[in-house]
Amino acid sequence: MRSSPSDTRSLWRATRSMAVAIAGLALLASPLAAQEPERRLLSVPYEMFTLPNGLRVILHQDRSVPQVAVNVWYHVGSAHEKPGRTGFAHLFEHLMFEGSGHVKEGEFDTLLEAAGGTNNGSTTSDRTNYYETLPSNALDLALFLESDRMGYLLDVVTPQMVDSQRDVVKNERRQSYENAPYGRAFLRLTELLYPEGHPYHWPTIGYMDDLSAATHEDVVEFFQLYYAPGNASLVIAGDIDPDEARRRVEFWFSDVAPGRTPPPVTVPAVELDNVVTERMTDRVQLPRLMLAWLTPGTFRPGDAELDVVGALLSSGKNSRLYRRLVYEMQVAQDVSATQYSSKEGSIFLIDVVARPSDLGPDESIARLRAIVDEELDRLRHEPPTEAEMTRVRNGIRASFYDAMETIAGKADQLNAYYMLTGNPDYFAEDLGRYETLAPDDIRAAVRRWLPADRRVELVVVPEEQ
Amino acid sequence: MLTLPRVIARMVLAGLVFLAAAIPAGLGAQDGPDRSRPPATGPAPSLDLPPVAKHRLSNGLPVWIVGMHEVPVVHVMMIVRAGAAMDPEGRFGTASFTAAMLDEGAGTRDALELADAIEMLGATLTTGSAYDVSTVELHALAETLEDALPLMADVVRRPTFAAEELERLRAERLTTLLQMRDNPAQLATAAFNRLLYGASHRYGTSIIGTEAANRALTVEDLRAFHAAYYRPSNAHLLVVGDVTGDAVLPLLERAFGDWAETGRPPAAPAPPTMDRPASRAIYLIDKPGAPQSQIRFGTIGVARSTDDYHAIEVANTMLGGSFSSRLNMNLRERNGYSYGAGSSFAMRLGAGPFVAQSAVQSDKTLEALLEFVNELAGMAAQPPDDELTRVRNFEALGFPRGFETTTAMANRLAELVTYDLPESFFEEYVSRVQAVTAADVQRIAEQYMDPDRMIVVVVGDLASIEGPVRQAGLGPVTIVTADEVLQ
Repeated sequence: MRSSPSDTRSLWRATRSMAVAIAGLALLASPLAAQEPERRLLSVPYEMFTLPNGLRVILHQDRSVPQVAVNVWYHVGSAHEKPGRTGFAHLFEHLMFEGSGHVKEGEFDTLLEAAGGTNNGSTTSDRTNYYETLPSNALDLALFLESDRMGYLLDVVTPQMVDSQRDVVKNERRQSYENAPYGRAFLRLTELLYPEGHPYHWPTIGYMDDLSAATHEDVVEFFQLYYAPGNASLVIAGDIDPDEARRRVEFWFSDVAPGRTPPPVTVPAVELDNVVTERMTDRVQLPRLMLAWLTPGTFRPGDAELDVVGALLSSGKNSRLYRRLVYEMQVAQDVSATQYSSKEGSIFLIDVVARPSDLGPDESIARLRAIVDEELDRLRHEPPTEAEMTRVRNGIRASFYDAMETIAGKADQLNAYYMLTGNPDYFAEDLGRYETLAPDDIRAAVRRWLPADRRVELVVVPEEQ
Repeated sequence: MLTLPRVIARMVLAGLVFLAAAIPAGLGAQDGPDRSRPPATGPAPSLDLPPVAKHRLSNGLPVWIVGMHEVPVVHVMMIVRAGAAMDPEGRFGTASFTAAMLDEGAGTRDALELADAIEMLGATLTTGSAYDVSTVELHALAETLEDALPLMADVVRRPTFAAEELERLRAERLTTLLQMRDNPAQLATAAFNRLLYGASHRYGTSIIGTEAANRALTVEDLRAFHAAYYRPSNAHLLVVGDVTGDAVLPLLERAFGDWAETGRPPAAPAPPTMDRPASRAIYLIDKPGAPQSQIRFGTIGVARSTDDYHAIEVANTMLGGSFSSRLNMNLRERNGYSYGAGSSFAMRLGAGPFVAQSAVQSDKTLEALLEFVNELAGMAAQPPDDELTRVRNFEALGFPRGFETTTAMANRLAELVTYDLPESFFEEYVSRVQAVTAADVQRIAEQYMDPDRMIVVVVGDLASIEGPVRQAGLGPVTIVTADEVLQ
């Protein structure tokens, strides 16, 4: 799976763990591959326990560098927002850095920087994460800061702070979407896919009017509903002694009061029953075609198959769409086909940017769409070759190893697996999803999940100059 | 994008002191921890970097090998000392076009066969150019390295330069250049560099080169560039990851040992020196209706060979190199004009640009420009002790993070190679950062950060921003077009 797009607290040290979302894993088809060393790596040993206040804690030792990654997930995202307050989960994320009961405004960053640490946070539809990477001698500092904002955020948040971060977030929206080429199309996509009222309908960054409407009272309510320790999980990975780390966690989080159980999010069943088309204009040079489908959520049947479909279509020069559209016909500048996985349901997106041509923008788009449909149709009728399956599996497997290279990446993945499956060390099971796929499973998934007559077709064409 | 390039290798961090007011937390407290002060952090742990084993293949090609065994992957990087700065006049883009063509067919394989062979191994192979070097990088599972190295050798040594592949890449590159006009951030950076260095200096044009050159370059141009510079005496190989020298050297010898030396490569021309702007000049580029203005504020910086490297790193971090830096705290946290602001020095073989930058909401463009002036000018005053200490510690203690992955380690080593840094650079890094004084910071500020001697580029909605900017009298205002700065 690739994590769905998220909105991030700051540009600083744009995070590796976001970029290297683990794509799951798969074994080499070759029987010669050394199985034993791999098995060793497919497991990330951990210790897990729960504090009396409900906080779930996961510890993993990796002493390859004298650094430690602290990673907290709150199981709340934009899907939990109430009407008229879109973007609030992410705005709230920003406020978590502005100080807490015993941390003055600005100190969260200055203390960590003075200790040689970096930090950031991000929000998706399903969760909000916060993380620090710092020298292992400073673990106490990170735990002090995380426990203080978990326990004492409301002691210091003021309406002025809300105003200040509201301005920052509005500028994030301008920079990342409104003033970025094609950025508004990404805001529109989920609106077209999900009906109004569905928790994935609105963008995580939120609407400007809703950002304007957010109040200090909303902050209090949101914190009390969703920021209880029982709705969070803490991973510490890196240069630690697990027993000592456990004592430090128990020490720093012992005075964080338990809270209520958050209300569940209601997710209505949703399906597209026809082709939804929209044509937008933007200040861009080239037309762009986005074809999108509603697909199964993370780890549900079909999710892994669609990861493989994405790679078959657009990963590498020999992938089917890249080869035809970009390499052979040279009618596209780039193409991507990706399963963007979220907890309650995913989006499969085929995204093609046209090359400049003598055709008008709509004719250019029609040509791209016809080729994409030809290739999808081919996959609906004949399974991919064994060679294609091997190529894709090996690429997925390699991306898994790359993600294992950082403690921050492992910490985030342990939290992701925990939230989605209850098992932080889900690496081997994740692998199993790809290991067992046969070519005909891929054909079946395309037939089932990527029909030509039930999808969103979003087209962006250049504004008349 | 906003941080300094950092270099390293073998170093030890130990016994440094960090938090000023650190008092032990109340360990015995029954009612929860003492939160009245942040906890003490104690001495930072030492980082012992794995040794760099230095070898030469039989043809003289230098090879550095570093073992990292946590994950069974290997990163191999061939560094060729010829980047965009070597582009012939009127042919800006030659180096990057050459690098881009290397994996479009090599040895006996065409482009598709080559890609297939690499992907079947679960490996990735990338080629590219910076201003100072070009690189071919292979990232592979340790168990497939033996099969992947010959493919990498083909790409480095035996690229085909097929005419039809060149035409395909030409169209792709021209489209990339066209798309730069859509992206206000890219356009602002390109305009800043062009207006600072001019059209004839290589740093005045992005690495991909000009549209005209990308239209004109031929197979012969690229072959000539490859023949001139891709030679063992002009190259350096790094191998980082789950390997041992004993096991990997024979594989390297087989792949690269018979790469024949054909004489010395052409000598690198000395990078032309440029005068810094003597006064402030403002350039505006119209982006009608843009909700934000992209701002670039800066001058010509300094070459990587400067003795002031550590002082510059500290001064830049203070101004705009971390979240708590002055520019970010001002433009984002205090004023809310922006999602973020920062600054950077590009230190190359020649003096690259120093730039402070942000994207700010359109109706605060003038206010933001004035704050840039304030913060840049403010760097001339003596910095407070606690701020200076924090910044030095951030740089010194964060240093180990850059060595965590095989790719990151290779990048650090590559900087040593590219800039011929002395071995002592590693051991001295932390102590030299910690030795930077307030007077050093002020000296750097005076030399490079004077806002009265800078150019300013703003890409934004001229209908709303031009009037206020002109009336503020920040300096002579010139309106330029995307065409003027991209051609």
